[in-house]
Amino acid sequence: MATREVFSSTASNPLGRPRGVWSALHLDPILLVLLVALVSGGLFVLYSGADRNLDVVKAQGIRFGIAFVVMLVFAQLDPSVFRRWAPWLYIVGLAGLVAVLFVGVGAKGAQRWLALPGLPRFQPSELMKLVVPMMAAWYLSRHFLPPKLSRIGVGLVIVLLPMVLIVKQPDLGTSLLVGMAGLFVVFFAGMSWKLISAFSVMVSVAAPLMWFFGMREYQKQRVLTLLDPQSDPLGAGWNIIQSKTAIGSGGVDGKGWLQGTQSHLEFLPESHTDFIVAVLAEEFGFIGVLILLSVYFLIILRCLFISVTAQDSFSRLVAGALTMTFFIYVFVNVGMVSGLLPVVGVPLPLISYGGTSTVTLMAAFGILMSIHTHRRMITA
Amino acid sequence: MPWGEFKDTAAERRLFQRRATVMLVFVFLLLAGLVARMYQLQVVEHDIYTTLSDRNRVQVQSVPPPRGLVYDRNQVLLAENRPVFSVTLVPERVGDIDATLQQLVTILDVSDEDLERFQRRLREPRRPFQEIPLRYDLTEDEIARLAVLRHELPGVEVEAELVRYYPHSELTAHALGFVGRINREELQRIDSVNYAGTNYIGKSGVERFYEELLHGKVGYQHVETNARGRTLRVLDRENPVPGEDLQLHLDLRLQNRAHELLDGRRGAIVAIEPATGGILALASVPGFDANKFVTGISVPDYRELSDSKDKPLFNRALRGQYPPGSTLKPMLAIAALDSGAVTRDHTIWDPGFFQINSAGRRWRDWKRGGHGWVDLTYAMAQSCDVYFYEAAVEMGVDTMVSYLSHFGFGEDATLDVSGALSGLLPSPDWKRATRNEPWYPGDTVNLGIGQGFMLSTPLQLATATALIANRGEWVEPRLLKDIQGDRTPDEFLPSETHEPLKLKDPDNWEYIADAMAEVMHGVKGTARGAGRGAPYRMAGKTGTAQVFSLAEDEEYDAEEVRERLRDHALFVGFAPLKNPQIAVAVIVENGGGGSSTAAPVARELFDAWLLEFSAVADGPSISKADPTSEAP
Repeated sequence: MATREVFSSTASNPLGRPRGVWSALHLDPILLVLLVALVSGGLFVLYSGADRNLDVVKAQGIRFGIAFVVMLVFAQLDPSVFRRWAPWLYIVGLAGLVAVLFVGVGAKGAQRWLALPGLPRFQPSELMKLVVPMMAAWYLSRHFLPPKLSRIGVGLVIVLLPMVLIVKQPDLGTSLLVGMAGLFVVFFAGMSWKLISAFSVMVSVAAPLMWFFGMREYQKQRVLTLLDPQSDPLGAGWNIIQSKTAIGSGGVDGKGWLQGTQSHLEFLPESHTDFIVAVLAEEFGFIGVLILLSVYFLIILRCLFISVTAQDSFSRLVAGALTMTFFIYVFVNVGMVSGLLPVVGVPLPLISYGGTSTVTLMAAFGILMSIHTHRRMITA
Repeated sequence: MPWGEFKDTAAERRLFQRRATVMLVFVFLLLAGLVARMYQLQVVEHDIYTTLSDRNRVQVQSVPPPRGLVYDRNQVLLAENRPVFSVTLVPERVGDIDATLQQLVTILDVSDEDLERFQRRLREPRRPFQEIPLRYDLTEDEIARLAVLRHELPGVEVEAELVRYYPHSELTAHALGFVGRINREELQRIDSVNYAGTNYIGKSGVERFYEELLHGKVGYQHVETNARGRTLRVLDRENPVPGEDLQLHLDLRLQNRAHELLDGRRGAIVAIEPATGGILALASVPGFDANKFVTGISVPDYRELSDSKDKPLFNRALRGQYPPGSTLKPMLAIAALDSGAVTRDHTIWDPGFFQINSAGRRWRDWKRGGHGWVDLTYAMAQSCDVYFYEAAVEMGVDTMVSYLSHFGFGEDATLDVSGALSGLLPSPDWKRATRNEPWYPGDTVNLGIGQGFMLSTPLQLATATALIANRGEWVEPRLLKDIQGDRTPDEFLPSETHEPLKLKDPDNWEYIADAMAEVMHGVKGTARGAGRGAPYRMAGKTGTAQVFSLAEDEEYDAEEVRERLRDHALFVGFAPLKNPQIAVAVIVENGGGGSSTAAPVARELFDAWLLEFSAVADGPSISKADPTSEAP
């Protein structure tokens, strides 16, 4: 078959398929090296961002250990397992989101955590970052692509349902990220450009409506602050002013590791969590930022390659959507810290201090590795 | 539909590849956007943010110079600086001021008055990030309690501050003056750079006159602070130049003796060293505790001082303007002799009164029936009024005024005595200008015995007396004796402006001095009681000034009215007669007669200065000296 010839030629790319021990472990060495480089470099920045607190670095190291194990486990599973589980996980996730609204625990006026007896505390919304693209991919890939209009509609409902529930928590940031993940599936599935344009128009109409009816006061404040941080320099604008000052004062080659005055003198808030990239920019300068973004770009490049070379539509859609979600994390975080986007509380993937998102991300990389290493022998 | 190969077509794959390519471009563009943004912040606008970052972390703090100390002539400390711990708030760093105050009130002893003062200063103009003190003089207990809660109280600091302290405050308040918090008016006048870290400024006296010298020059330090304003380290520092330490002519022992002698009364004593013009004692009694004014006196305390009818805040020595009375006679005698109005052997007949013309008003002598035949020496010794009435008329007002102004009356002749008043030397011009009345011959007669319009301060009387003691050599009165260090007082003392008073016959100085000695030692001398038994000869002149009126709004009981209507007792003099070491002016308000009240005070001072203190010249302790006035 001609199509299979094309496929096999793609698959014979020397970088395409891991061999030997990597194959046995179902790991992609290139992606793994990039991730390890990112994580270990990130720990150095974290040590500085946490003001030389080794306990923070140790705790984060343990989290990465756990996250790598999760990745390893996910990589062992065949992609068909994810496909088969997708609908059930989706239902469980929705149930979890509903449960959070009633019995959830949390802080700062938002309920995000579900503490079920006998299970570790977890955020259903975090689970949905993986499950929503899987579910959308499962639904759309059952049929010929590009999907018909009605199927796109159903796909959008699949995406929208958890989004609404997460906004209710309220957690606008996560809701948008989950929505993004789902929308990327629809996009990769081949939603026509005409529809995409129409959809964009709809979103731009809906945005003002969101402003007036959907957003809470503190969320509006964040957007307003982005537009004019000087309006409240000691309040809401403080974070943005201080992070821009940290980044800008870093210059081309930075102030040197542990020498950042903005973070070490406590001007920079959240210096080891959401705003950690400002620490990096201050201490390692523009060069450090270029290196960081390059590593992210290489990871995304590798992941897109994995997506393109995946064997079936479900795998492609899931891999593509997870890759793009990862990119969105990077873009939103760096954009927010550098004052391009409102402060939405998105961590810098694999560098910011924090457990849940790290595990979710590594699970996603596990899925990508699984897709790349579990290949059915179609051709000789 | 089953999963399978039928669906997994090349078309679907190509579709995904196209979409993935679009996404790759999308990713690349957005990342390029981030890179561009970072380039903008880190390369293009780098300088702006470096400045912001430095401004964040580096603050320039002023380091106030320690104020110069003040010593008396024997190196006894009169004004020093004492560390005082106070709790201050920086409003810019305190989130909720009211809540913070409430919390502080629970852990510290904060009076309503402290709170009131704090609120007042909160509303006043001040430098940004300048701390406002809430309470001074914290106890160690309170400092400890604050330290425990420090992290809960951003913007609240315990500050050690050097605060002026006057160890002999009651004695020196009027001579030395005091410092106080810089007020709004002064804030506009002072050099805001040099006073950037200074909270106190000289309000009166030496503290005010030598403010520039005592203050020193401000220092700076660049400090790194964290976001909460806590100083983390000093980056560099330019040390302040401390204020100069001053030594005054004042002798605390004599000052103390003067206060003791006037204790329980109201009055003033000024003692001058004739050779130098140095003010040895400048006492105004009652005094007050100047330390209360340094950090801000409480309203009730201030009211008590300002409402007291003894007027402890009133500096009688510099600002008390009294009719000099007969203490003016030595100066008038010089005038009469030198102008030729009288001669040494000119005698008059004193019938007990004086008339300009036989039909006119009679000016009485203090002695009913008169002194009979009187020459100048006798007129001085007996303080014969009629002699001086006649001499006055003979001289005329212009001559008298001319000589009196040579003696420093009608002006502030001091070099560095802040706040000294100039009294009043009346003249026909003055009377016409202020009262719109002509100068009557009777006014001349009154001036002849130091009554009428003439007013002078005790300091002026002492100055004029010192001029006689110096036989006409002018030495302006001054407080500053020396500056410790390289600088000399001449750099800072205003230049001397007075010409020596040259008499046509310089021997007349000795003649008048001898006449003044007759007052003390003569058989008929008015102060012979005070001069009796002294191992040295002294010169003096007693005086009595009438009290004209009481302020209408003041209420006295009958006893007090009588007491307060009594004449003021005055005395001027110097000793020893040859080569005088001390010239004094004494006034005891409502003291009655000068000879009975004021002259003995002067004698005690002479004895103390010439016998007691010179014998223990290097003993700075005032408690050691026991009163050994052996005068019978």
